[in-house]
Amino acid sequence: MSIELTENKELTVSPPPTGWQVIWREFKKDKVAMVSLVGLIVVIFGVFIWALFIDQDALMKISLRDKYAAPGSENYSGLGSYILGADQGGRDILGQLIIGAKNSISIAIAITFITGIFGIVVGMVCGYFGGWIDSMFMRIIDFFITIPSMMLIIVFVTIVPKYDVPVFIMIMSIFLWTGTARLVRSKALSESRRDYVNASKTLGTNDFIIIFKEIMPNLSSILIVEMTLNFAGNVGIETGLSYLGFGLPPSTPSLGTLVSYANNPLVLYEYWWCWLPAAIFILLMMLAINYIGQALRRAADAKQRLG
Amino acid sequence: MWKTIVRRFLIMIPQLFVLSLIIFMMAKFMPGDPFTGMITPETDPTRIEELREKHGLNDPWYEQYIRWIGNAAQGDFGMSYTFKRDVGALIGERAVNTFWLSLVSVIILYAIAIPLGVLAGRYHNSWLDRLIILYSFVSYAIPTFILALLFLFFFGYTLGWFPTSGSVDIKYDPGTFGYVMSKIYHMLLPAITYAVLATTTVIQYLRSEIIDAKTQDYVRTARSKGIPMKKVYSRHIFRNSLLPIAAFLGFTITGLLGGSIFIETIFGYPGMGQLFISSITSRDYSVITALVMLYGFLALLGSLLSDIIMSIVDPRIRIE
Repeated sequence: MSIELTENKELTVSPPPTGWQVIWREFKKDKVAMVSLVGLIVVIFGVFIWALFIDQDALMKISLRDKYAAPGSENYSGLGSYILGADQGGRDILGQLIIGAKNSISIAIAITFITGIFGIVVGMVCGYFGGWIDSMFMRIIDFFITIPSMMLIIVFVTIVPKYDVPVFIMIMSIFLWTGTARLVRSKALSESRRDYVNASKTLGTNDFIIIFKEIMPNLSSILIVEMTLNFAGNVGIETGLSYLGFGLPPSTPSLGTLVSYANNPLVLYEYWWCWLPAAIFILLMMLAINYIGQALRRAADAKQRLG
Repeated sequence: MWKTIVRRFLIMIPQLFVLSLIIFMMAKFMPGDPFTGMITPETDPTRIEELREKHGLNDPWYEQYIRWIGNAAQGDFGMSYTFKRDVGALIGERAVNTFWLSLVSVIILYAIAIPLGVLAGRYHNSWLDRLIILYSFVSYAIPTFILALLFLFFFGYTLGWFPTSGSVDIKYDPGTFGYVMSKIYHMLLPAITYAVLATTTVIQYLRSEIIDAKTQDYVRTARSKGIPMKKVYSRHIFRNSLLPIAAFLGFTITGLLGGSIFIETIFGYPGMGQLFISSITSRDYSVITALVMLYGFLALLGSLLSDIIMSIVDPRIRIE
C-alpha cells in the first residue's frame, strides 16, 4: 500500500511540466508580464550595482550655487551635469534616486522575508494542528486586521528611543505578517485533510516533516504569488511612511523621502523634477511587481492559465 | 438576525479593550506628560511634582488606566497641549470635515464603479472590458500618496481646476450658499482621489457577479419570455448583482479611514487624518491616543456593519 502511494506521487509529479516551466510559459504568453519581469530585474540589479559607485557623502554635500538646478543643466563646478536636476541643497536628484531606490527595495525585501517566514510558520502550524493554538492565533490575527495599523506604526516609530533601520523593519513586520498567516492557514487546513497527509500520518511520519516537506511544496505556487504581492505592498507602505516622515531615519534616504520634497508647494509645482522622478519610479515599480504577481497567480491556478 | 448582531457586538468588546490597553501603554512610554510643556527655567520642580500628584500621575498604572478609560467612555479625552482645547471638541470639529469628505468620496466611488463594473460584465472580453480591467489594475497597484500627489500636481497646479488646500474659501460666510458650494469644491479633488483608489474591489466584484449571472436560469427564463436583453440587464441581473456591493460599504469606510492620513495631509484638508499627523509632529499625546482609539472603534464598527449587511443580504452567513 505504502509503496504504491509513493510511486503514484512520483508519477504524477514527473511527466507534466514542472512549476518553473508553467511559470515560464505563462510569461512567454503574456508580453506585458515578460517586459515587467525583465525590466524589474534589470532595474533592481542596475540600482544595486550603480549604488556601489555612488559616494553618499559627496552626494549629500550641499552646493548652494546649484540650488534647484534644472534637469540637464551643467554643474556649477563644471564637473558633469545634472541629468535629473538638483534639489534645494544643490544635490543631484539622480544619485539620490538610485540610493533611495536601493534602500527602499532592500527594506521591502527584508520585511517580505520576515513577515513571510513568520506568516508561513504560524499559518502552517494553525492550519495543520488546529485546536487551541489555531483559535488563539486566529483571535490575534482578527485583532491585527481590524486595528488602524498605519497609525500604530507611526506612533511606534515616534516613541522608540533608539530608532534605526532594523527597528523600523521590526515595527513594520509586527503589523504585516497576518495576511500571509491567514492565507497559509486556510490552505494548510484543506491540505491537511487530504489522503496523502493521512497516509503519511499512519506511516508515523513526524508532524513537522509532514508540514514542511510534504504540505509546503504543494503550497509553494500560492506562496510565491503572496510574497510577490506582499513585496509590492511593502514598497508602498515603506515609501508612504517615509513620505510622511515616519519611515526610514534621515540618514537612510528612501524613495519616499525624495517624494516628500513635494510637501513644499513651491517644489511641488515649480521644481517638479525634485519629486516627480521618484514618484514615477515608485509607480512603475508597483505596476510591474503587481503585474508579475498576477501572471504568477494565473500560473498557480490551472483554470486561469493563458499558456 | 438580532442574535447575530448582538453576538458580533460582544466580540468587539475584548478587541476594543486590548486596543485601549495597547494605546494606554504607548501613551505611558511617550516621553513627557501633560505638565512637561509648562516647565520653564523659573518653574519650581516641587510645584510640578505637586501637580503630578494632584492629577494622579504618580498612581499605579492600572489605576490610571481605569480612570483614563472611564473618562474616555464619557467622551472626556483631556486637553490638547498644543491647541489648549478640549480634545473631544477638537476632534469633533475635524470629524465633521472627515465625515463629509468620506460621504462625497463614497458617492463618487459608486458613481464610477457601478457603471464600469456593469459595462465590463456586460461586454465581457471586449476591448471595453479590457480597458476597464486595466484601469482597475492600475488603481489597485498605485500607492495612495503617489496618486494624490500626481492629481494635486496635474489638476490642482498645472491645470488649476481645483483648489490646492484647505476646506473652504475664506471670503464666504458660514451658512451662505457660496460657502456650501466652496466646501464641496474643496472636497472634490481629495474625494475623487479616494474614489479612484477604492474602485477596484467594487468593479471586479460587480463584473464577475454579472458574468456569473448571465448563465443563470432566471436570465434564460426572462429571455425566453421575450424580454429585451436591455431590460434583463437593468431589471434582473443588475438588482441581483448590486446587493452584495452594499456589503462592501463597511470595508470602504475602513479603507477611507486608513487613506485619510495621506489624502488629508497632501490636500491640506483639515480632517482627522491631518490632525493625527500634526499631533504626532507636535507630540500632542492626548489627541493622538484619542484619535487612535476612535479610528480603532470606527474600523471595528465598519467591519461589524459589513457583517450585518452581508447577513441581511445572504442568510447563509448568519451565525446560529
